[in-house]
Amino acid sequence: MSALRPLDKLPGLNTATILLVGTEDALLQQLADSMLKADCTSELKVHLARSLPLPCSVNRPRIDLIVFVVNLHSKLSLQSVEESLCHLDAAFFLGKVAFLATGAGRDSHCSIHRNTVVKLAHTYRSPLLFCDLEIEDFRAAMAQRLVRLLQICAGHVPGVSALNLLSLMRGSENPSLEDL
Amino acid sequence: MDETLAEFFRRTILKIPMTEMMTILKTWNFLSENQLQTVNFRQRKESIVQDLVLLCEENRASLNDAAHLDIICDDIDLFDMEQFKSSFKKILQRALKNVTVSFRDAEENSVWIRIAWGTQYKKPNQYKPAYVVYYSQTPYAFTSSSRLKSNLPLLGQALTVASKHHQIVKMDLRSRYLDSLKAIVFKQYNQSFETHNCTTSLQEGSLGLNINMDSRIIHENKVEKERVQRVTQEIFGDYPQPRLEFAQYKLETKFKSDLNGGILAEREEPLRCLVKFSSPHLLEALKSLAPAGIADAPLSPLLTCIPNKGKNYFKIRDK
Repeated sequence: MSALRPLDKLPGLNTATILLVGTEDALLQQLADSMLKADCTSELKVHLARSLPLPCSVNRPRIDLIVFVVNLHSKLSLQSVEESLCHLDAAFFLGKVAFLATGAGRDSHCSIHRNTVVKLAHTYRSPLLFCDLEIEDFRAAMAQRLVRLLQICAGHVPGVSALNLLSLMRGSENPSLEDL
Repeated sequence: MDETLAEFFRRTILKIPMTEMMTILKTWNFLSENQLQTVNFRQRKESIVQDLVLLCEENRASLNDAAHLDIICDDIDLFDMEQFKSSFKKILQRALKNVTVSFRDAEENSVWIRIAWGTQYKKPNQYKPAYVVYYSQTPYAFTSSSRLKSNLPLLGQALTVASKHHQIVKMDLRSRYLDSLKAIVFKQYNQSFETHNCTTSLQEGSLGLNINMDSRIIHENKVEKERVQRVTQEIFGDYPQPRLEFAQYKLETKFKSDLNGGILAEREEPLRCLVKFSSPHLLEALKSLAPAGIADAPLSPLLTCIPNKGKNYFKIRDK
């Protein structure tokens, strides 16, 4: 099993690769389809994985952004993400990791409290996004957003880096360190 | 004709009920019209049989002819539907004065029975009847849930006696779909109804997703996905699952916990707990759990044994 490192491979020409990690394959697949339909000047590649570590592969391109998808309806999905986080190189957490929580809209089905994922994202100093992936319009909007994030993390947007992005996003959505 | 063959003829013909006798003898077509006319069919059955065996001897019947007759007897439905209906109705009416019983013959040798129950003092309630479907070629009957549970033993008794069985057992299998119950009980669910292209790749076979996979999407855990698909297919098969709405597990087991200590862990008596799964189509939902990533494959045998065991209500105790 190889550990994923953010900068151990050369980037492909105009290529941006995102890795979606989550237990529910159907959701990841739908999100991937939506992302590929979004407007994008770069060439996109989407990798889907159930958990980390990934199986060994020489042909894998450099991963620019990792999004961990947690379904608030399923304790198993949170547990799997928590276990996967241990297998990630620390350098990724400098703006190349994001958390996505789905299922918040159906409160009666939620078995994970919102604060749990908020704390998780805070622990790993990464942005947290909420989106009900089952609803097509929300998913399309989130897909567009992720594509923009991905382009920045891949360095395709001049003047903005992944690290810049981190501090920008923290201000608007996530509470600062003092608040929690 | 030798002794054993004559005896075989005697016993085979004796088994035929008088109502079917002429039909079977004519289908067998071994004894001619003239010969049959010489037999007096009004005497006692033993005498009729004796006369018929003598005729067989005259015609030098062989073992083949005897076997042929035996096959015909098995083939023709020897179940007397009219007798069943009248016996069933009599039993209910003798026990309960106020009851309405009606019948309708249906396909596959089945009879639909409608029963409106009353009590000793009240007339039958025609608005809340119970329905029973009995398949005469099988030892199975299906009933709709009757609001008057107290009449179930009587119904069971009537079915048992009228169908000439010794006892009736209530199965722990319930569903709103008669066809699905039939499929499970007659073990007909594991036949594919559509032609299936066996060379379809595993990916296309899953849940309707991935039909035209974009080459820009790469599954990192392809090997695991294929394993899950394979295991699911081995357990559930390719065919559509019979339709059930519930699976209920009544647990009477000792509480087990990972945490050391805790109040419940120290209890000696079993903890009573009811777990109920409900779905518009339970078995299809269970089938899709592992491929969707919600559960690990293979699933617990408690869930996968439902069609095999013909049960969806379970009681589980510690061994």
